[in-house]
Amino acid sequence: MLIRKAPDLTYADVTPKSVYLDRRKFLRDMGIVGAAAIAGKNLLDLALPSHVALAAPKFTGLAKSPFSTTEKQNSFQDVTHYNNYYEFGTDKADPAKNAQNFKTSPWTVSVEGEVKNPRKFTMDEILKLAPLEERIYRHRCVERWSIVVPWIGYSFSTIAKLAEPTAKARYVAFETFYDPRQMPQAKYGGIDFPYVEGLRLDEAMNPLALLCVGMYGDNLANQDGAPVRMILPWKYGYKSIKSLIKIRFQEKEPPTTWNRYSADEYGFYSNVNPNVDHPRWSQAKERRLGEIFTRPTLMFNGYSDQVASLYNGMDLKKFH
Amino acid sequence: MRAILTSKWTKVAVFLLCLLPFADLLWRFINGNLGINPVETLQHGTGDWTIRFIIFTLCITPFRKLFNLPDLIRFRRMLGLFAFFYVCLHFLTYLGPDQSFDLAGMWKDVAKRPFITVGFAGFVSLIPLAITSTAGWIRRIGGKRWQMLHRLIYFAAVCGVVHYYWLVKSDVRKPVFYGGLVTILLLWRLASWISKRRSQAPVPVTAPGVSVSG
Repeated sequence: MLIRKAPDLTYADVTPKSVYLDRRKFLRDMGIVGAAAIAGKNLLDLALPSHVALAAPKFTGLAKSPFSTTEKQNSFQDVTHYNNYYEFGTDKADPAKNAQNFKTSPWTVSVEGEVKNPRKFTMDEILKLAPLEERIYRHRCVERWSIVVPWIGYSFSTIAKLAEPTAKARYVAFETFYDPRQMPQAKYGGIDFPYVEGLRLDEAMNPLALLCVGMYGDNLANQDGAPVRMILPWKYGYKSIKSLIKIRFQEKEPPTTWNRYSADEYGFYSNVNPNVDHPRWSQAKERRLGEIFTRPTLMFNGYSDQVASLYNGMDLKKFH
Repeated sequence: MRAILTSKWTKVAVFLLCLLPFADLLWRFINGNLGINPVETLQHGTGDWTIRFIIFTLCITPFRKLFNLPDLIRFRRMLGLFAFFYVCLHFLTYLGPDQSFDLAGMWKDVAKRPFITVGFAGFVSLIPLAITSTAGWIRRIGGKRWQMLHRLIYFAAVCGVVHYYWLVKSDVRKPVFYGGLVTILLLWRLASWISKRRSQAPVPVTAPGVSVSG
């Protein structure tokens, strides 16, 4: 069902440009619309593998990253139609529907707190701070499912170094944009908004921590946290805050949304750890979307080489 | 109304209706149309229909009394067995995809995880009810004892709601909704039991054949 690309192809290489630029006409010409309507979504998927649905890639010449995995990537369809973004509804299919008209431009990200150079960045500025890289990361949700996604961005440390944290800065607090008018489903989420997250400064400065502005060669989809978000592949998914508007360096450990909701279930660190279970379920295994059976979960989601040293000497059960 | 309820064809129609959720899941399974996480769709689908059929079954007795439709009893066993059918499928989606049919691993999970423990307890409690659902078993056990045994469905209903409530992360609307329905249905039985005891208080012998449970 899922049609994968060879590693060196860009998404546009899969399909001639004239075809993807006018796929409606293509469909009509092929007489597929009628057939698809009869056979349902399945045939439509066959006829239109998700990559083909993308227009010309926005980002070209992306630098490759040594952090990228060679594992089979999930499809664009998987990653854009199975989302936890409670501001747009709690069902996995909700954000794809409810975030369609989310306004992501103009957008600014404020960098503030214990820094020498507090300032606001526009999206244009953020896109130009450093060469963009494609990083293919594993992503493990606390709910025991996982995906592999080609994200685009650069290390968060880039923007942090520009801001120059003072000696007092020990933590970084993040905040998601919140607008109840654009996010009317948020009130059913059961958690407080705006969504906030946090990291210890050394975690945030680890090169694996990605300031992410795109996916699959293009902008982030709204339901995946457009226009800019964090990706922290060694932590459970909810740590990777979406639609970021505020980065605050500070002395104290910041409150984080899920920890505030239930501290024994969602720790401040929330590192992927198969040996420390969620009180209600085991974290030893996970289901990769697209697979039937589960697979073992790896310590730090397989990123021990990069991040294990951050937690030397810490009791990871206590600081879960 | 009585003619409709007692018609053989109504029973056939209800049977087919009860099969619809299964047919829908099967059809989508065959067509690869179960969404991004097919296992989860099957788990949630069969779980939802289990608690719904338990609730339908629990509705029969109050509806018989409230709407004076004693013939509804003809559907109670079928609805209960469908609850059992869907819980078996639900259990299989756990034993198979989640536990890879590893019984030892499953037992460890059942013993350790409260939300699995409750769900499993609810499932197990429905097994004797399914087995003894035939007229032969009612005769063998005796009507009174059979009725006592089948009150286990109250336990299964509570287990199902708690299992669901402990599964969700923070949006508890659906489990709370089902919990509300089960609470109403159980409170109705409690109220009816109390009023029956009061009216019978002077005479210690219980009237035969009149049941408030079910």
